[in-house]
Amino acid sequence: MTSRVRVRNWHPPGHIRTPAYLRGKTGTIERKLGPFPNPEQLDYGLPAKNLALYRVRFTMRDIWGTAAEAPDDTLEAEIYAHWLEPAD
Amino acid sequence: MSHDHHTPPRPDNDEPLTYWQTMEIAVRELLIEKGVTTPHEIATAIDQMDARSPADGARVIAHAWTDPDFKARLLADASAACREMGFDIGPMHLIALENRPGLHNIVVCTLCSCYPRYLIGPPPDWYKSRAYRSRTVREPRAVLAEFGVTLPQGTEIRVHDSTAEMRYIVLPERPTGTEGMDKVALAKLVTRDSMIGTGLPRQPG
Repeated sequence: MTSRVRVRNWHPPGHIRTPAYLRGKTGTIERKLGPFPNPEQLDYGLPAKNLALYRVRFTMRDIWGTAAEAPDDTLEAEIYAHWLEPAD
Repeated sequence: MSHDHHTPPRPDNDEPLTYWQTMEIAVRELLIEKGVTTPHEIATAIDQMDARSPADGARVIAHAWTDPDFKARLLADASAACREMGFDIGPMHLIALENRPGLHNIVVCTLCSCYPRYLIGPPPDWYKSRAYRSRTVREPRAVLAEFGVTLPQGTEIRVHDSTAEMRYIVLPERPTGTEGMDKVALAKLVTRDSMIGTGLPRQPG
């Protein structure tokens, strides 16, 4: 996984741990965690695949653009591997 | 002025059960009927959760303030560091976030109400509110100002959205003027909000 990543702009139904406000946004991997079972399967009692979980750091500019309260402030969130694609 | 005043009673919850309340009762009664758990076991688990409090987290913070080796272990693996101090934090995966000059951390869960409850007990009601959850990622400085937190010019705010498996606790900066204070006295300066990031530790004296 490259260090610059984009959160996939998917909008599937169901139990999703990727918040909508981060979909389509680009950030930098802060650290790798896991593996953890995929909650999108686990929460329906299905066999759940183990996935890497990444803490991704965004700037407020990355997320909110010119409307950011303070563009150089940062935000970190945990995003499962299948929701990330290389941004480089 | 009369001395027999009383606070207004909380309204009775006479409205019908919601879908999810009915679901909780149904699942709980089925688990009991099938012998998977017992009412006593459920009550005990609630008691254990209620026994956890911000005072436990405050002891961890004060220990980190006074022992640089422990602080390094806390920042490397906060779950292991809490267990080393004897805390039963269940299955929780904890990350400690260090505040330092120029950086202030604040924790939120936009998706629900994820919170390090296995160390510091249940979250305050406002932590679960739609207002706190939506505004903290959008305008953290405005939220901090409402909590009375003012930070030096040039301080970066870093918001941590607990979206998945990890839980977060802020390691606030040790207040100045606390040199020579012992861990018990230092722990009294650590507030719940200072571990969420919506507050700063109390000043000594």
